Formats: sequence, structure tokens, C-alpha cells
Amino acid sequence: MKEYQTITEVSGPLVFAEVDEPVGYDEIVEIETQQGETLRGQVLESSEGLVSIQVFEGTGGIDRNASVRFLGETMKMPVTEDLLGRVLDGSGNPIDGGPEIVPDKREDIVGAAINPYSREYPEEFIQTGVSAIDGMNTLVRGQKLPIFSSSGQPHNELAMQIARQATVPEEAAEDEATDEPGSDEDGELGEGADDEGSEFAVIFGAMGITAEEANEFMDDFERTGALERSVVFMNLADDPAVERTVTPRMALTTAEYLAFEEGYHVLVILTDMTNYCEALREIGAAREEVPGRRGYPGYMYTDLAQLYERAGRIQGREGSVTQIPILTMPGDDDTHPIPDLTGYITEGQIYVDPALNSQGFKPPINVSPSLSRLMDDGIGEGLTRGDHADVKDQLFAAYAQGKDLRDLVNIVGREALSETDNKYLDFADRFEETFVDQGFDSNRSIDETLEIGWDLLSALPKEQLNRIDEELIAEHYREDIGEQVEATAE
Amino acid sequence: MSQATDTETVREDGIIDSVSGPVVTATDLDARMNDVVYVGDEGLMGEVIEIEGNLTTIQVYEETSGVGPGEPVENTGEPLTVDLGPGMLDSIYDGVQRPLDVLESKMGTPFLDRGVDAPGIDLEATWEFTPTVSEGDELEAGDVIGEVPETESITHRVMVPPDSEGGAVDSIEAGEFTVEETVATLDTGEEIRMRQEWPVREARPAVDKETPTVPLVSGQRIQDGLFPLAKGGTAAIPGPFGSGKTVTQQQLAKWSDADIVVYVGCGERGNEMTEVIEDFPELEDPQTGKPLMSRTCLIANTSNMPVAARESCIYTGITLAEYFRDMGYDVALMADSTSRWAEAMREISSRLEEMPGEEGYPAYLAASLSEFYERAGKFENINGTEGSISVIGAVSPPGGDFSEPVTQNTLRIVKTFWALDSDLAEKRHFPSINWNESYSLYRDQLDPWYRENVAEDYPEVRQWAIDVLDEEDELQEIVQLVGKDALPEDQQLTLEVARYLREAWLQQNAFHDTDTFCSPEKTYRMLQAIRTFSDEAFSALDAGVPVEEISSIDAAPQLNRMGVAEEWEEFIGDLEDDMESQLRELY
Ligand SMILES: Nc1ncnc2c1ncn2[C@@H]1O[C@H](COP(=O)(O)OP(=O)(O)OP(=O)(O)O)[C@@H](O)[C@H]1O
Ligand SMILES: [Mg+2]
Repeated sequence: MKEYQTITEVSGPLVFAEVDEPVGYDEIVEIETQQGETLRGQVLESSEGLVSIQVFEGTGGIDRNASVRFLGETMKMPVTEDLLGRVLDGSGNPIDGGPEIVPDKREDIVGAAINPYSREYPEEFIQTGVSAIDGMNTLVRGQKLPIFSSSGQPHNELAMQIARQATVPEEAAEDEATDEPGSDEDGELGEGADDEGSEFAVIFGAMGITAEEANEFMDDFERTGALERSVVFMNLADDPAVERTVTPRMALTTAEYLAFEEGYHVLVILTDMTNYCEALREIGAAREEVPGRRGYPGYMYTDLAQLYERAGRIQGREGSVTQIPILTMPGDDDTHPIPDLTGYITEGQIYVDPALNSQGFKPPINVSPSLSRLMDDGIGEGLTRGDHADVKDQLFAAYAQGKDLRDLVNIVGREALSETDNKYLDFADRFEETFVDQGFDSNRSIDETLEIGWDLLSALPKEQLNRIDEELIAEHYREDIGEQVEATAE
Repeated sequence: MSQATDTETVREDGIIDSVSGPVVTATDLDARMNDVVYVGDEGLMGEVIEIEGNLTTIQVYEETSGVGPGEPVENTGEPLTVDLGPGMLDSIYDGVQRPLDVLESKMGTPFLDRGVDAPGIDLEATWEFTPTVSEGDELEAGDVIGEVPETESITHRVMVPPDSEGGAVDSIEAGEFTVEETVATLDTGEEIRMRQEWPVREARPAVDKETPTVPLVSGQRIQDGLFPLAKGGTAAIPGPFGSGKTVTQQQLAKWSDADIVVYVGCGERGNEMTEVIEDFPELEDPQTGKPLMSRTCLIANTSNMPVAARESCIYTGITLAEYFRDMGYDVALMADSTSRWAEAMREISSRLEEMPGEEGYPAYLAASLSEFYERAGKFENINGTEGSISVIGAVSPPGGDFSEPVTQNTLRIVKTFWALDSDLAEKRHFPSINWNESYSLYRDQLDPWYRENVAEDYPEVRQWAIDVLDEEDELQEIVQLVGKDALPEDQQLTLEVARYLREAWLQQNAFHDTDTFCSPEKTYRMLQAIRTFSDEAFSALDAGVPVEEISSIDAAPQLNRMGVAEEWEEFIGDLEDDMESQLRELY
């Protein structure tokens, strides 16, 4: 391996060096500073005689005398089932004092695209125990469903709640039948390694979050025993920014290995994608690229897609990769390029809403702009319940109608509204208070969620339920609730 | 250059000088613009996009990690072409027409590897060829010489290539042939095979473009009812993320009465393509009763697949469409999303350090878009048949803002505009096509067809609906200020009628087995039923019945169940009777 001391320029996260042998695009580079520190980087552009290198750990300490080695391969990482239970830094080095990682194999962290022909369409319902998700915006195995939040909102609590509670009910039921009695919560993430029925794993990829936030997650993982089934990659706020472009790729490479080679159902939590995108912008600026919208690189869509599309299922393979990326929307604006491009790639999104949060609703999910695109095939008879789709449609419509009336009622007052309109107003309030506001520690089954839905809908006149099949209304509509409401109104 | 040609080792016609993502430069390469080249030791496929002195710039259709200066570049001397012939339907391609199923088995992994080529159509499969011309017949370019049953629903017409000189048939025979075997020879010595090649960036020739007068019936009420598209027409569906572009495109791919569907997934999600692959073989074409997949060709260059192949996938798609048009078929092409295509152009252009135009897009964005949509139309083909290509392009404007360059340049070209609206989507009003903003410039030229084939007064009934919706729009502004009860009774009733138009007629659930497809007859009858309610209700109002009583009759809410009613003729007939009698009872 040839060593060069030919650095000609250092600029932001970039280093330029002269070479007299061809160097491959994307290859890994080691730079040794005079202080004996070894930094890693990657070839961004390779031309005859000159390469530009992006240094992950920051270019501090690099000068003209630093030596540059080209490793002749693209960035790879060791993967093994033994990664479970380990805590690594943002570049994949263990920071938990544990033993060295003995790789089963080494995988390219960029990962190849899944052939669309080889995919299997995701349609297995994941019960998160959160009504606003399960009932209205259902998550399925292999989906990529981000949380759109903003600073100061409890998105981490929500992510932890999902990680703790996520289970595939059907499987839990099967396991219950075969497993020894006593383990009644199979399939749950928090259950620890002793229940063999389920093969869940959590990969946590932190990018530029504070140590405090990271600790919240770590404490929760430890408290619930989930750590044993987790692999944690930590790039904290004071770690190098450029490293953030590597961290999610490591997390996803690990996830793909565990899912598609070891058969795990992997849930990947990536937080905060906003910090990742800032790192991309920084690199783009250093390269003097023509910037796209708001200074972010023009290729950010493609770059994000190369992360998010690594979720999914593959025909003939056991496991799955489900992604829950978290992003804090700058200015709580979802037209900002980061949420906007994300929304264009992911299969829906869950909105954490500051207004609901300030009213104390937990989790403060605004179901209306939230969406799960894979919901339609993941719910219904045999998956969740036969009435799920209709109930969901009706809840959405009624909630929207109730919210629409809120503006009006501020102007004209309740008396000016018809009886039916007043019922819709009440519906919207009660929907938020009972359906959405369940608390971060409550874990509702899909049955409970749908029953709450029927409770709420039954306060509306029966003929208003035009999204629901008449047979289902006959079966589920609670005449008594309607009467109760009548009575109290009078 | 077609992928049917095999490459083992890469010949050193030129040498790589630099690599930066999908853009590679080479020296000493004697190539023409748009020639296909094989790049590096692995022979990655690429295309020449710029020549400057001794330096040639190439966009590479595969990932370039690890490729470095000094590696060889081979020139094929031919432009990017597709293979045309039997075997294109019921298949799924990447952006340069490599069949993804063949790639899977050649690569031996579900992940896309590099440097693997595969012909666009199976070279070994045999097809049953039946001549439709005889020895001695005089043929010209484009003429049909025989037929092959390609799929259950589609007969493939084998044609003399468009660039042939023509001649008299020397020999032609029925039988089983591979696509590379000669099925006919002409007296000029020309041998005709089932496989043709055609460069994707060049439109296939046609004699003439005609004014389209037949609608592409979509089975979607708002489209067929208010904003119809013509067979041979162009439409754009812009909308923010999650507003329903893909569902709308898929609905058209499923239920429109095109003969052939070319569905181009351009830079979008992998799972959406998988969904089509899984669903379409199970679904029946409402026209033929045959599996939908047997009239469909998919092109999938998803967002995480190489960006250069995303740029080319649009051209690949439209060229396949033109080939079926030449057979005399009505083809519908869906491109989801043209914004990703434009972004691919932008990405390549910025790597070339070209002078950027608006929002960083290359200055030729508008020209590329109009060239593409220009390839749509109703055509008189060179063989005398008539065929059409309808193009429906999704547009994904950043931040949902329609003032951006791709939406604006597209709207300058297309004649049907289905504007998706995030407010409607949030309320789960689907399809969330905004009826105030959308338009179709084909309406008038399609009216005769609707009068003749659906109902003589179709245009009038439609106009009635438009008027009611317009009036509602105006009234809503007042309602937002003073509440509904402050309006005069007749206006309150108008709002009630408009509500049924929106909820019972404009809304259509793509995921409901019955509602997902609505024939034009049903679309018309549903509208008539709402009009019956309106007429009867206003008569009751005139007779002094309070609006409260009118709107609380039992029958009216049943209007919302027309869409899901299977026996709709009976259902609507009964409903009209019920509404009539219940309302007349009130006075
Ligand atoms: N006609 C419809 N009937 C029922 N649901 C619909 C309909 N159209 C859209 N939807 C709902 O809206 C969701 C989003 O639609 P779709 O995926 O088509 O959006 P999109 O505009 O293509 O978004 P993106 O730009 O991100 O790809 C669907 O998953 C579905 O739940
Ligand atoms: Mg879409």
C-alpha cells in the first residue's frame, strides 16, 4: 500500500492530495497526522493525478506533512450477530468496553439497491399499542415511517414507546400456543432475550443528538432489557459532523445483515435525520457545489433515498427491516427540504404536533396530516379486523369535520350551529382526549383501539356514518351511547 | 446499442481520466454524442453526454464505487437503444431495459450487482408466428407481416422496421421462431426478424398526428365526469407528497380502457413497483377479463437505483409505447414521477458544471419536457394503422408549490391538469383532485363521444354539477364568516346538494372492491340521481317545506352508498323513487 505525503489543500472537511497511481472513486483513505492520529476518509472525486477526500472525523490536525494511504477498497464494516447488545461510536468502533468484534463477514456500508422484483410487499401489521398509529396510520413490517417533529417535542418518548411495545399480534398468538405458559407477551421488544419465539432486534443510529437524549434512549433500553437485542451507533452532538454521513449506513448495513441473513425483524430508529442532512450540506458547500433548495445539495433526494429504501422485505428471506427515522423540522415547517424530500421517499409519516403537545396530549400525534401508505394492505379481516378500514375512514372524516367547525364556532358561537355540527365539535374534542391522549406508558391492543373508535362514532347520528358498511354499523354501533349523549344535551 | 450484444472483456478504446459519482471522463475515446460505452474493468454501461477536445464525458448507468482513472473504456459506436419484439409485456425492466427478473437470476442475489447485462427480450424463447402477408406482396417500412400471440390479451404484430427500404416478400413461413431468427426475406435480400432495435432518444416515425376525439375512459368519476383525458392526450398530476399521485396513476393503469399500459416508476419507491407486480396478475382487465399484467409493461428505476438510468427510463418507456402504437394499439404511459426525471437531469448537469437555469435545473429542461410530451398523441402510423399514446405524468413539486419550474413547464404543454390538494388528502377526500383548480382542454372535443356513447345530455348534466360546485365555493366563503344557518334557505339547500356531489360522486375509494372502478354509465347515473334529489328538494322548498326537513329525509344519505353498490342500476332507480316519494310526502 502506497503512502503519500502530497496533501495540497485542506478545506473544511475536504483534503486534496496528489497521487501517481489511479485511485478508485469512493475508496477508503487513512490519513495519519504528525501527532500520530489516524483519521479516516473517503474519495469523493478521483482524477488522473489528484483526488479529493472527505474526512469523516474532521480535518483538525491535518497539514501538508500528514501521510495519506489509500486502502484500495470502499468502506466496509464487520457484521456478526454478536453485534447485538453492543454500543459503537458513529464510525462503528466499540465504546462499551466490550470485547473486540469478530466479524462473520465484512459488508460494504453503502449497500446495493434491492432489486424491486425481489421485494416482497410489506403487509404484516405491527401493533405499536399507540391508537393514533395502529388505528389511523398503521405501521407494517418492512415499512419506512418517519416521525416528523420539531425541537422540544416528545418525539423520543414516542419512538421509545414504539420500540418497547411493537409486536406482531398474530405471531404473539402463535407463540403463546407453543411456548411454555407464563410468557404471555411474546413478540414484544422489551421482553429480553429469554423468549425465543420472537426475533426482534432494534438498531439505534444516533446522529448529532445530545448526550442527554442519547442517555434517555440508553436508559430505556437498559430498563426494559431491550439492549441485549439492540445495536447502538452513537454520533453525538460534539462528534464530527461528517461522520454522520457514515453512521446511518453502518446502522442499516447491520440491519440488513441481521434481517436478511440472520432472520431478525429489525426496527431501525435513526435520529436526528436533520443533523444528517446538515452534514450533507456542509460537505456540499466545502466542495463548492451548485446548491439546491435552501443550500442543500441537489442530490439530497437520491442520497436520502439510498438510506430510506433500505427498509423492506425480500422474497424468500425471513427477516425485515422497518425504519422509524426521526427528524426535527426546522421552523416546524414541513415544506422545508428535509421533511419534504423525506416525505416524498418514505411510506407515510407521523406528525408530532406542538399544539397538541402544549395541551398535554400524550403522544401529541396529529393524525390528519399523518399517513401510512402501506396501511391499506396491512389491515382488515385476518390482519387486524374487518371493520378497521371503514372505522378509520369515518374517524378521519368526522375529525376533519369537527376541526373545520372549530374556526367557525369561534366566530359565531355554538348556538349558531346545528345540533349535528355541535356533535362533530364534541367528537373532535373527545377524539383527542380519549383516542389520541393515551399516555406514553399505555399499550392498547388493536381491539381496544377500534372499540374506542366505535365509542366515539356512536355519539354521532347513525346516518352520518356514511363511510361505514351498513352491516358493520348494525353490528358495532352503540345505540346507548347516542341516547346518553342526547340525554346530556337536553 | 442494445443489451442483446454480449461483452466479455472491455476493449481499451479510451482511458478513464476522472470519476465523480455517475459522471466519468475519459481521454482518447473516439466516440459520438450519445454513444453507449462500457466503463472500467467491470464494463459498467454508460452513455456519452459531452465531448470536449480529447475529453469525453460519460454518464454511467450503474454505481461507480471503486472505479478509478486508468481503467479502460470501450465504445460500442451505437446509441442507447431498446430491443423491441414479443416478450415485452408482462415484464419489468430497469431504466435501460434490463429485465429485473433476469438480473435477479443472473446476479444470484436480491440486491442489484454491477456489470451484468441482459437483453430486453428473451433471445431464446420461441414464439408462434403466423404470416399475414404472402410471398410476392409488396412491403414498405412499418408494414405488418405477421402476428404472434404475445400474451392472453395482446396479439403482437410483427412489422418491417421503420428504417427498411421495403420490397417484395421473397419468402415467409408460419412456425415457431426465436426473435433473432429470420421470419421473412425480401427481394432486396433484407431479412426480417421479430426483434428490432430503436434508439430511445429518437421518436419512431409516423405519418401524421390527428386530433383525439375518443376519451381514455378511466373508470374514475372525477376524471371521466369533469376532467376527461383523450386517447392520445397528455395529462399532469402535480401534488405534494402523500396527496395521491401514485394511487391515481395506478388506478389509470388498472382501469383505463387502453390496450397497452407502460408504467414507468421513475425514481420512486421500490415497494410501489412490487405492489404492481403482485397485484396486476390477479386483477382482471374490465374490458377483456384477462389478467391486467398481460397488457402491462413495467419500468422500474427506483429512487435508490442509479441516477443516470433514471434519466433514461422515461425515454425507454416512451419508445416501447411507440412500438405498440405502431401496431395500431392505444397505449397509455404513466410516468411517476417526471420530477425525479428532471432532478436526474439537474444532477448530471451540475456534475458537468453546466450553467444552471431556474432553480439549478439545466436550461434545456423545458425543451426536454416538451420533446417527451410531444411523443404522445393520436397518430396515423406509417403502416396506415391508427394508434395513440396517452401520457400521464406525475409531478412532485418541492414543498407542494406549483410555481416551481417542472410544474410550470409541464403545464405549458399538457392539456389536462389534475391538481392534487393536500387539504383534501388530509381530510381523506380521495381522489384529492381539486375541482376548482383542475381542467381538461379536451372536454369539448370529447363531448360528441359522450353524447353518443353514454347519454345525450351528458355535457349538460356535467355543467349542472360544475355550476353547483362553483356556487358552493362562493357560499363557503360566507359560511366561514357567519355560519350556515345565516344563509337563505335556498342557498342552504344548494350547499346540501353540493355536499352530495362531493361526498357521493367526487369521492371514490380506490381500495373498495366495487367503488374502485366506475363505468361512465354509472358515473352519469349517479350524477343524475343527485340531480333528482336536487330537483325534488327545490320543488319541496318552493312548496314551503323547511330545508331542515328536506335534508333529513332517510333516503338522501343513501346517495353516499351509490359508489359501493354493486347492483347500481337497481339501487339508483329505487333510490330516486324513494327520494321522490319521501320529499313529495312533505307537502
Ligand atoms: N383514490 C384513493 N382512494 C383511497 N385512498 C387514496 C386514494 N388516493 C390516495 N389515497 C391515499 O393516499 C395515500 C397517498 O397516496 P399516494 O401514494 O398516491 O401519494 P403520492 O402523491 O404518490 O405521494 P408521493 O409523492 O410521496 O409519492 C395512499 O397511500 C392512500 O392511502
Ligand atoms: Mg407517489
